[in-house]
Amino acid sequence: MDLPLFYFLLLGFAILMYVLLDGFDLGIGILYPWFRDEADKDQLMRSISHVWDGNETWLVFGGVILFGAFPAAYAGLTSALYAPIMLMLIGLIFRGVAFEYRFKSTTSKRWWNRAFAIGSTVAAFCQGLMLGVLIGGTPLVSASPLDLLTPFTLFTGFALLAGYALLGCTYLVMKCRDGRQQRAARYGRRLVWVLMGAMLVVSIATAMGSDEIWQRWFGGWHFLWLWPLPLLSVLAARLLYRDLGRVQRQLKAGAIPHSRHEDRPFWLAVSLFALGFAGLLVSLFPAIVPGKLSYVEAAAPQASLQFMLPGVLIFVPLILAYTCWGYRIFAGKVEDFSEGY
Amino acid sequence: MELDSALLSRLQFAFTVSFHIIFPSITIGLATLIAIWEGLWLKTRNPLYLQLAKFWIKPFAITFGMGVVSGIVLSYEFGTNFSKFSELTGAVLGPLMAYEVLTAFFLEAGFLGVMLFGWQRVSARLHFFATCTVAVGTWISAFWIIAANSWMQTPAGHAIVDGKFVVESWLEVIFNPSMPYRLVHMLLATMLTAGLVVLATSAWYLRRKEHIAFARKGLSFSLWWLLIFAPLQAFVGDLHGLNVKEHQPVKLAAMEGIWPAREQNVPLLLFAIPDPVQEKNHFEVAIPGMASLILTHDWHGELTGLQSVPKADRPNVPLVFFSFRVMVGLGVLMIMLALWGLWLRRRDALYQQPLFLWLCSLMAPTGVISVLAGWYVVEVGRQPWIVYGLVRTSEVVSPLPAERVALSLTLFVLTYSLLFGVYLYFFRKLIKKGPPPLEDLQHHLIGVEASGYALALTKTLQGNDTQTEGAK
Ligand code: HDD
Ligand code: HEM
Ligand code: HEM
Repeated sequence: MDLPLFYFLLLGFAILMYVLLDGFDLGIGILYPWFRDEADKDQLMRSISHVWDGNETWLVFGGVILFGAFPAAYAGLTSALYAPIMLMLIGLIFRGVAFEYRFKSTTSKRWWNRAFAIGSTVAAFCQGLMLGVLIGGTPLVSASPLDLLTPFTLFTGFALLAGYALLGCTYLVMKCRDGRQQRAARYGRRLVWVLMGAMLVVSIATAMGSDEIWQRWFGGWHFLWLWPLPLLSVLAARLLYRDLGRVQRQLKAGAIPHSRHEDRPFWLAVSLFALGFAGLLVSLFPAIVPGKLSYVEAAAPQASLQFMLPGVLIFVPLILAYTCWGYRIFAGKVEDFSEGY
Repeated sequence: MELDSALLSRLQFAFTVSFHIIFPSITIGLATLIAIWEGLWLKTRNPLYLQLAKFWIKPFAITFGMGVVSGIVLSYEFGTNFSKFSELTGAVLGPLMAYEVLTAFFLEAGFLGVMLFGWQRVSARLHFFATCTVAVGTWISAFWIIAANSWMQTPAGHAIVDGKFVVESWLEVIFNPSMPYRLVHMLLATMLTAGLVVLATSAWYLRRKEHIAFARKGLSFSLWWLLIFAPLQAFVGDLHGLNVKEHQPVKLAAMEGIWPAREQNVPLLLFAIPDPVQEKNHFEVAIPGMASLILTHDWHGELTGLQSVPKADRPNVPLVFFSFRVMVGLGVLMIMLALWGLWLRRRDALYQQPLFLWLCSLMAPTGVISVLAGWYVVEVGRQPWIVYGLVRTSEVVSPLPAERVALSLTLFVLTYSLLFGVYLYFFRKLIKKGPPPLEDLQHHLIGVEASGYALALTKTLQGNDTQTEGAK
């Protein structure tokens, strides 16, 4: 495999990891206003306070892989998306510090709740907006930020909010008990519908957006090997919907839900995202700055790509290993007694 | 228009990176101290060490959080505001930063969760391992980012193809001429910064006659710490200066306030007001020949001055000149303080001398101030070059409309000012609350709070869950 392609796929992997991992913890921030009780809010935050930093590091990783392997794309994309990136960063700042300060505050708790919820929502919305913008082709640096706000990009912004919230719900179903679990399952079921609708709209709009993409999906026999993507998505969504329903029913009956039905929704939501992401990749490949540059044109010189290779091959597996170890140490439900430093 | 957005981008970068470095300079040193205390506790079982570790981990956590959120901004700002710079140098700096993420950021983040929240979930030894990993992670992170910055100061190991930088030797890029000095000087600076914060807090408790045993331990420990690192820092700083003289003579001239193109017998300026218009200094207070002696080891040694290059190639002289004096002045003060401490210790008066304790508690921010001053010398002294001698800063700014940068800069100033206030408020609150009482720490060793307890508990609870399921 040639190196630029390897890094293109690595970049895709980094983005997907970011979306999945920070997705569920941003999702919990988005859901925050719907859990009114301070005790609920405590638990929601406690369920992610040990992992959010690692999750967000994938965003940094995506950024530097872009910088190191495709400098022209890094320069072009980040300066063209100046306004949403800055806004996203500021959102991430507020939600990030809320983790530290909320637990230490007595009188200002309310404010940290807001910082967490609004920060997460703004960051996620900006990400969705940027996705929509890029599907439509990269704007000029001189274009006004207001031009980025079209009905379509607003739609993708809200769609990503819904998607992250769904990931958050399924994570909570896994990590909480009783009332909170019930509530997360209920919201999750609604969000499955929202997300499936949004995916449909975005897929159609993307495919109709350009002739080339239309041809890629429906021209010739391509559809033959692409059909599993939409089909599997529908199957995953159906199973997800039913699992959450089972959890709800068992809780209502006063039983403890079967652990399979508690854990599987999260992985199903993950696979929904992965499938959607694969679909996007099919549409946009080989562009790295959509409408402007392909990944081959943007690639850094061979010396740089080779230099990073051992680092990637050795450290990415290691990182995945100790990240899993970290999650295992905190496995199980979030308990009510306070833990920590 | 074009120029405005360039200036604003530079201001924004300077502001955000200055804000960021405040936190790493505390966390790198503090992580190291906490790891040492935890190790000492495991070895000696002296509960005061556990108390020190358990107390300082809280300020550490909030500082770390601030470091993370402000750092993420920087890693995107290269592209947003200096897009041409990232395009030109991406092949060199990008891989270095990729290694930073791969070898340091993930490591820090991955083990931080265990370090902060894992007390009850892993054994004491494994916890110690996690703390050490976080500390080592912060050093590794400093290694890579300093390598990147030093390459911009003293570029080496590259070729320029089609106007873009291409790497010929990674070893030369990473271990470029100024990198070893800058790395050691920076790491020592973080040790001093954290040590001073601990020293000041302990002295403050002693003055208020609170937490006496704890405060004595902290004061004594941090004074030894200072006594080792402060003189070492001056020594390394001197070597660093010799390196600057060799590779960035114009910067050195700005640091020392030397105007003539070549000058022999250069005096060491203790104070002066450099005047870039008339190209001379006012109100000089100087030791004759001393600068020549320090920098060339000869009273009559010759140094290059600012007039050796056209005005357009000179940095902002007063800023570099004064920043340098602030850093060195505070460095000398730290050495004197450490020596005074040693003298008082000899006379068994360390914990009583009110003037000394008062001075110690005033020293809290001096580490951070010297770090910032040092970076201003380095970065402003590099101007007008972004890659020294090769690329000018003004040429590589993103073609953004000025209003957009002005808006984001305003947002950052507002956000960061607010957060800095909040940070100080919570820091103070944690300090006022004081260390966890020793009796509580005894509890940490048994019952709900003991190492590994929570993990065992959740396992049993899960076991119960599965049993009830089985019964259904
Ligand atoms: C000598 C030390 C040093 C210096 C000069 C810098 N940093 Fe830094 N940075 C650290 C030392 C550090 C650290 C100790 O590793 C931090 C501080 C607290 C923390 O969480 O990690 C960190 C955090 C941190 C993070 C968040 C990491 C995470 O997600 O965990 C990013 C993205 C950056 N930095 C990026 C930068 C950039 C782009 C810099 C230069 C312009 C920079 N840092 C200067
Ligand atoms: C962390 C401590 C640092 C501080 C306090 C600091 C401070 C500054 C300041 C004050 C400026 C503005 C100079 C001017 O325009 O007159 C600047 C510019 C800059 N620095 Fe640093 N810097 C730090 C570290 C770094 C590192 C580690 C890098 C790169 C890896 C870096 C890269 C840059 C770049 C790209 C600019 C913008 C262009 C320019 O104005 O030269 N800095 N920095
Ligand atoms: C006491 C005598 C000291 C001397 C002679 C000295 C000398 C220097 C020199 C020559 C530079 C490099 C300028 C450049 O590369 O352009 C520098 C940078 C710096 N200094 Fe100092 N310094 C001293 C004390 C301190 C102290 C006490 C601190 C902080 C606690 C400190 C923190 C820094 C930092 C953070 C930098 C920028 C990064 C680096 O180059 O490592 N210095 N210093």
